[in-house]
Amino acid sequence: MTATVLFDSVQVGTELPAQSFPLQRVTLVMYAGASGDFNVIHWNQRVATSVGLPDVIAHGMLTMAEAGRVLTDWAGDPAAVVEYGVRFTRVVAVPDDDTGALLEVTGKVTELLDGRKVRVELTATAAGDKVLGQARAVVQLA
Amino acid sequence: MALDQGYEGRTYPATEPYLVSREKIREFADAIGDNSPAYRSVDAARALGHRDVVAPPTFAIIVSSRAAAQVTFDPALGLDYSRVVHGEQSFSYQRPITAGDRLVAVATVEKIRSAAGNDLLTVSCALSTAEGEPVATARSVIVARGTAKD
Repeated sequence: MTATVLFDSVQVGTELPAQSFPLQRVTLVMYAGASGDFNVIHWNQRVATSVGLPDVIAHGMLTMAEAGRVLTDWAGDPAAVVEYGVRFTRVVAVPDDDTGALLEVTGKVTELLDGRKVRVELTATAAGDKVLGQARAVVQLA
Repeated sequence: MALDQGYEGRTYPATEPYLVSREKIREFADAIGDNSPAYRSVDAARALGHRDVVAPPTFAIIVSSRAAAQVTFDPALGLDYSRVVHGEQSFSYQRPITAGDRLVAVATVEKIRSAAGNDLLTVSCALSTAEGEPVATARSVIVARGTAKD
């Protein structure tokens, strides 16, 4: 494992480069195929609204995966992320238009750990709402 | 009806081995829009110290969800799947998943509780190679909305 970020170069409060991820209907279709999660609420508006959802919603796991890119892009090696967990606090509605939804993700080092690891806290919002809670990771640095 | 707490601690049979392929890793990376070479190029992955292309951190859900489905679709447990939402998810890695791994998952019902009229089920999936090397633990909290009333 070869993270490109040196443990000695970070401190509590170090911010990870923020990123925005557009989510469109095609993104959901691709994620359904890639992950094997074909739950209809992620691609069928008729069913989604009939069960009380505002629209077709993104897979929580897709939101988690996109937010995780802030960790992996920063670390330089995907395998540097040794722990990663989230709570799904709010659904991300993805309208059937040319824009879709925009997931905005920031991250910050909150704790220095033994073994040149750090704890990172992520925030993920869509349309101004926080969509992940307690989004935390442990990243192995160099 | 609240779920039977007697299911806490119950372990389900290991899933059939899942062969992690380079193409599935690439497909998953494409789906999340991540063009990192570590997911696509064996040379790039080897330069990072991996034996083959490496999987994104949440890729393990493909394997763990198959094990967790044994719990959520267990007729004896009686979870109402039409009311189920994914509440929480976490992964903890003993080592990265790379192409060529043959992975099996064993699901255990860790906890069953009710809160605000919902049933909350914590399922822990231990991922290992078919040869028995530990790889990761995937923990899911599954929420059945409104099923714990009466």
